Amino acid sequence: MNKVVVGLVLGVILGAIDGATAWFYPEARSMMTNIMIGSSVKGMVVGLLSGWFARKVDSTPWGVVVGSALGLLFAFLVAAMDAAKGRPHYLEIMLPGFVVGAIIGFLTQKMGTSGPATKGAQ
Amino acid sequence: MDVSDSVLDHLRHVGALPDLTGTRYELESEIGRGGMGVVYAARDRQLDRRVALKVLDFALAGEAQLIAHLEHPAIVPIYESGTLADGRPFYAMKLVSGARLDRYLAEQPTLAECLRVIRRVGEALAFAHSHGIIHRDLKPQNVMVGPFGEVYVMDWGVDAVAGTPAFRAPDDRLDQRSDIFALGALLQFLLYAPAPPALRAIVAKAMSAVPAARYPDVPALLADIERFELGLAIEAWSEPLWHKLRRFCSRNAVLLWLVVAYTLVKFLLFFLRNF
Repeated sequence: MNKVVVGLVLGVILGAIDGATAWFYPEARSMMTNIMIGSSVKGMVVGLLSGWFARKVDSTPWGVVVGSALGLLFAFLVAAMDAAKGRPHYLEIMLPGFVVGAIIGFLTQKMGTSGPATKGAQ
Repeated sequence: MDVSDSVLDHLRHVGALPDLTGTRYELESEIGRGGMGVVYAARDRQLDRRVALKVLDFALAGEAQLIAHLEHPAIVPIYESGTLADGRPFYAMKLVSGARLDRYLAEQPTLAECLRVIRRVGEALAFAHSHGIIHRDLKPQNVMVGPFGEVYVMDWGVDAVAGTPAFRAPDDRLDQRSDIFALGALLQFLLYAPAPPALRAIVAKAMSAVPAARYPDVPALLADIERFELGLAIEAWSEPLWHKLRRFCSRNAVLLWLVVAYTLVKFLLFFLRNF
């Protein structure tokens, strides 16, 4: 399977799992559907970009760095949108988003087939 | 030893040296001596380069033709063959600098390096087998490791050779599986304690007393070594569950650490919010 597709699928799954953990916060249970959709879309975009990066650069450390940076960036955007609605949850959204991004970045390096790739630092 | 004895010894030594009259080679020194002949370092006057000159017994003249069929990076190339003035056949080959495998081991190479050497030897064997040639006497003394890590397998397929006891398969008839036995013995020779159980299993399978229980061919053995190096399950060993788990953790250490980090973050955030 193509690395971009792998990133997309993994992003959706991991994003959904990350979103599902909101269930442990009783005040968030009423918004579970929106949280899960938002988290899945965020994961999907991070996975897509990480998969695209993995096709270009064959390096696990760089994959983790780029994945976590993308995870942090998109988590910040989601948290900022949330804060605009009067619910500032930067830490709760950005910290797990950062780690999920790292996981996606790692997995897109390890899984899937790539096109012509540049060998980076291992 | 009096003077006459030393003169006699000297005459014996000079008398045993090959007569290179009529060849392009100039004798330098003796490198090694075996049951089949003597190997000398010599200078090729025509091309001004050093070569290894193997002077054989009459019965083994086919050795050069045999090796000449094997053009492979891990097999010492033959430059020329011929007959000396005294009638003994000889052949000139590349003079390989480096250490014999048994001496190379004294440098305490890493396990990865030892496996690389075994892979190179195995590739040379597989190539020879594909040409219907078997080595018959694979042992550390017949493997050279060069200064840049190049590996050479020497002394190929001489019919008269019955193998070296520790590396010889207990088979009635020597064939490819006998070489597989010797390759397993070579791997065992290179492993220092405590060797990983997977590698011990590979050695045990390769050195099985029953030829049919060994690897079917050299590539199958090499594939198992490669699987071991990649942290995958090997064919030679049905590992216990705890070993599978350990191998999984070792192969996926980064991923597991990331999952642990994610779980810790989630727990931390949960407890920070509630307490």
